[in-house]
Amino acid sequence: MDLPITITLMDIRAIVPELTLICVGLIIMLLDLVVKKKDLVALAGIAGTVLALFGTYKLYGVTDTQFVFSNMFVLDGYANFFKVIFYINLILTICISIKYMEIEKSSFGEYYALLLFATSGMMIMASAADLIVLYLGLELMALSTYILTGLMRKQPRSNEAAIKYFFLGAFSSAFLLYGISLTYGMTGTTNIKEIAFAISTLGIADNPIMYLGLIFMIVAFSFKVALAPFHMWAPDVYEGAPTSITAFMSVGPKAAGFAVMGRILMGAFGDMQAQWVTVLIPLAVLTMATGSIIALSQTNIKRMLAYSSIAHAGYILLGIIAGTPEGLTASVNYLMIYTFMNIGAFAIVIMLRSKGFQGENLDDYKGLAKSHPVAAALMLIFMFSLAGIPPTAGFIGKFYVFMELIGSGYTPLAIIAIIFSAISAFFYLRIVVYMYMKDAEQEIVLTQSPTMNIALAVTSVMVLVLGIFPSFLLYFVRYSIMGY
Amino acid sequence: MLKYILIPLLPLLSFIINILFGRNYIKNRAHWIAVPAILGSFVLAVSACIEVLNGKVIDINVYSWIVSGSFNVSVGILIDQLTAVMLMVVTSIGSLIFIYSVGYMHGDKGYYRFFAYLSLFIFSMLTLVMANNFLIMYLGWEAVGLCSYFLIGFWFHKKSAGDAGKKAFIVNRFGDFGFGLGVILIFLTFGSLNYMEVFGAAGGIVGQTITLLGYKVDLITLICLLLFCGAMGKSAQFPFHVWLPDAMEGPTPVSALIHAATMVTAGVFMVARCNTLFSYSQTAMNTVAIVGGFTAIFAATIALVQNDIKRVIAYSTVSQLGYMFLALGVGAYSAGVFHLYTHAFFKALLFLGSGSVIHALHHAKQDDEQNMQVMGGLKKHMPITYWVFILATLSITGIPFLSGFFSKDEILWQTFQAGDLGKFLWFLGALAALLTAFYSWRLIYLTFHGEYRGDTECESRIHESPLVITIPLMLLAVGAVAAGWVGIPPVFLEHGDKIGYFLAPVLGHPEGHGTHAQEYFVIASSIFVAIAGWVIAYIMYIKNPGLPEKLFSAFRPVHKVLFNKYYIDEFYDKTIVQPVLKASDKIILAFDVNVIEGVVNGVPSLIGVFSKGLRKIQTGLLSNYAAVMAIGVLCVVGYMFFMR
Amino acid sequence: MVPLNWYIILSAVMFSIGMFGFLSRRNLVIMFICLELMLNAVNVSLVAFSHYLQSINGQILVFFVITVAAAEAAIGLAIIIAYYKNNPTIKVDEINILKG
Repeated sequence: MDLPITITLMDIRAIVPELTLICVGLIIMLLDLVVKKKDLVALAGIAGTVLALFGTYKLYGVTDTQFVFSNMFVLDGYANFFKVIFYINLILTICISIKYMEIEKSSFGEYYALLLFATSGMMIMASAADLIVLYLGLELMALSTYILTGLMRKQPRSNEAAIKYFFLGAFSSAFLLYGISLTYGMTGTTNIKEIAFAISTLGIADNPIMYLGLIFMIVAFSFKVALAPFHMWAPDVYEGAPTSITAFMSVGPKAAGFAVMGRILMGAFGDMQAQWVTVLIPLAVLTMATGSIIALSQTNIKRMLAYSSIAHAGYILLGIIAGTPEGLTASVNYLMIYTFMNIGAFAIVIMLRSKGFQGENLDDYKGLAKSHPVAAALMLIFMFSLAGIPPTAGFIGKFYVFMELIGSGYTPLAIIAIIFSAISAFFYLRIVVYMYMKDAEQEIVLTQSPTMNIALAVTSVMVLVLGIFPSFLLYFVRYSIMGY
Repeated sequence: MLKYILIPLLPLLSFIINILFGRNYIKNRAHWIAVPAILGSFVLAVSACIEVLNGKVIDINVYSWIVSGSFNVSVGILIDQLTAVMLMVVTSIGSLIFIYSVGYMHGDKGYYRFFAYLSLFIFSMLTLVMANNFLIMYLGWEAVGLCSYFLIGFWFHKKSAGDAGKKAFIVNRFGDFGFGLGVILIFLTFGSLNYMEVFGAAGGIVGQTITLLGYKVDLITLICLLLFCGAMGKSAQFPFHVWLPDAMEGPTPVSALIHAATMVTAGVFMVARCNTLFSYSQTAMNTVAIVGGFTAIFAATIALVQNDIKRVIAYSTVSQLGYMFLALGVGAYSAGVFHLYTHAFFKALLFLGSGSVIHALHHAKQDDEQNMQVMGGLKKHMPITYWVFILATLSITGIPFLSGFFSKDEILWQTFQAGDLGKFLWFLGALAALLTAFYSWRLIYLTFHGEYRGDTECESRIHESPLVITIPLMLLAVGAVAAGWVGIPPVFLEHGDKIGYFLAPVLGHPEGHGTHAQEYFVIASSIFVAIAGWVIAYIMYIKNPGLPEKLFSAFRPVHKVLFNKYYIDEFYDKTIVQPVLKASDKIILAFDVNVIEGVVNGVPSLIGVFSKGLRKIQTGLLSNYAAVMAIGVLCVVGYMFFMR
Repeated sequence: MVPLNWYIILSAVMFSIGMFGFLSRRNLVIMFICLELMLNAVNVSLVAFSHYLQSINGQILVFFVITVAAAEAAIGLAIIIAYYKNNPTIKVDEINILKG
């Protein structure tokens, strides 16, 4: 008898970027045993990422959607674009980590390996064409980030953050599984395309069990992207985790969560759009409200940025609510912009951390403009961008999301979003006021390193360039999502 | 196209390089980047200008910034005759000021920072004048305001400098608010921000009204008044003039740049640019004319008694800007722009000249002396400065055949022709010209003539400023004398008023109804007041130096009011600043004196209370978080089944 | 032959018990066991569906869930131990330095 060999060379080619990251991750763990200087390990990580990026670049030529591994894994512009976001996130995170992890005395080789694993998990999520693959990608990402959160073993805050993240994360993945199980039971398949087909042919869009399945999945994704009321973990975890990991988590898992949200909601549950929009609108409003309002009374900058990232998740969700390809384009565009501005802001937060000085209080930013004008100016750019003030990229991101939302007829929702966006400007500008108009209470020493400077240069330039020439990125996003 | 884009981009590049690498690498060599950049801009501007002279108008969209459905905002360049004049003024005066700054700021701690800000300032101003739509103009407008804040407060360790910077910024904020509203209203009305589209459609909305708080308001008048509100802020017209004299706290080249070539002319330029809109609204035009005429005389009276050398010139600027608005208001747009152009030269010269004086005294006394009462007799120590000062003064007072004479005379003549209101405003203008002549000569006599009134040891150390300072002065002096020759009125020279005809395609060319006899009368009276003011100053400060004291004591109340600038600052402090502070003290318990911070911390205080309450939900307990999630799931499920 | 509904109801009940335990218990290890109960409830339903639908996907997912749960257990317990080394407690009520 002959075995039906279904794995072809094409299949392997499609997952080359993921394989590259995982292999480099494994190599790093081995290198870690022999290499004393962890900088080299980090550079190996960056090199691996660049290699994977090259792989994705090669695959970008494949404009047609391509299903491999028996329709388990999909390769399309949508997935590839998200992979680019993950690469950028990964490289920038490694750049800002090197010096910081030394100061935190947690400079392990595993740190970089886990970053690579987590990123490959996100990439698998973005490319998942089947709920099983989706689940595996999600767990690969989640388990790696749990460890990264608790990596500073000697610090109670880091331990606590890891415990909270782990338990609530596992709790939410139980919901995801239950949702998958119910959907599988109703449609008889775990494949995203086939689910969509089954829903329309069986006419079960109004079936209560389908509702439950859909809601449970939305809950799980909402947890990953920190939508209220499933956001409770985010402030605590963001505050307790190593700052570089906070930067990583505030972008990567969030983008991955939105990637699957876009794919599942629009791909699998396209026929149930009316249903999921009903659920998402209150979630979006609640998220924007929670994020912008509670951030006002924060005194710790990491916590403040955590609430800020919750609010941003709300804005990004708006594009998905718009429910059109253009809406999705606006959301993805926002995510890319958000990547740069958020990591940039965290990079400044990391610079303030020096030996024996935490540098996480808002008060530490007082008078920064006088002692360190360049750092203050960069922070000003990032804060303006997060607040959405032109000509920074943040404005462009918000503008397109709001326009698409209005275009789809959700004008009241857009107005609510604009109001919350105005409220959120206050806490961003407060930092600017602290930096430029207050006198310093103590001497601040900035921790600098070449990679950190590169990361800051890249993020700030991108924030400005994308703000002044937004059409290029938008065109790129449109081109990528076209086939989707 | 690249050529035109480079005009503003070169200074921007210089800003970026200086701000990034200035601190550690460039340091005292900042001018090696900034000066070539501005000279490059100047050369490109000249070549663009030549193209415009040959009849070409450049109007290109460089790229679309935001495209969303029918909403399209593009970044574009418009170089027409008006822009060409502005480009010449900004880049030529800018270049001279840059070169001058090399000497003036030599050795300053923030040398690289100074050139960085200066470059950014020029970039903003060029953006403002080269825009082809209101949004980009607004961008330049705001950027100019921001740069002025940095530059006026450049010596931020001096408290007065920091305060002056804030004052300029905040006063401008009021005006800009009006301008912003005007731009929004334009967009709502015309659905576009592009100049050509807006001006083209302007005729169609004449007579339309909108209801505002129960009153019917003419739409185009409202737009014009809002725009003019912005112009009043930027161009320091009454009642927004208070920031400009305080702006003297900045380094002198900054004063020259703000007063002569850039910031203050932005308002005049904007009104001239929108002349199509303004021409449709007689109310708006009259407002512009009256505000301008009033400011011209009002500021001139204050300048009569000030003792700070830069302050006198500052009030003189406010007064001259009043003239420009007067011209715009009576429909003589090209006369206003002409005066803007000549004024740029002699005013820059006056400022840089006073800077040269301050610089010399600074080296002699190790102290920044700006009080004219302790100067005197500098003529023999600083001959070049003295002579360029004389030329500038002759020009500003309107002595025949110098720049200032032609432009000022053009304004007065056009005003005279404009009906009864025009006759009255002409009278104000002529009176202001008398005062101008007086205070300008007073400045010369107090500073350069007589005996030095400081200590003698110090006098011996006063000497002329270095060449890098005096050469720009001499070049500007040529401008102060000859720049006006492009606008010799037709009564003197056949085919005269070249600039008026050059600008006519954009600004129109009013055909006067006045006769030649009337024109000669106006010219004669201008010359008369110029000489009369000179003579009075001569009598009071050279012939009979005791006279001012006697006059002051005879008219003590008047002098006091004038010396204190009509108590406007105090008035604002009592009526606006203090009550706001008091009120906010009550509303917000922990209020900081700082106004901006008040906004940032104060407005959301209500939300802040709310926020503190909501924070308590985040208890830090894992079980509670899980419970919130579970309840959230239940709510979502319930909601979904309930809603469906 | 046990009907499908019974399995589904069993799985729902198990899931609810697990969830209730997770919410009400205060010991980290017990909470962790409750999480495992929730996962296994899902496994029950997956296997039941798989059998009913005569499709192998469900059972494949069950294997993956079990494997991932094992990995999760390793990581979860490691995190609890790391915490315990710094603060000798596993009572969830005492873990609240991070709040607000």
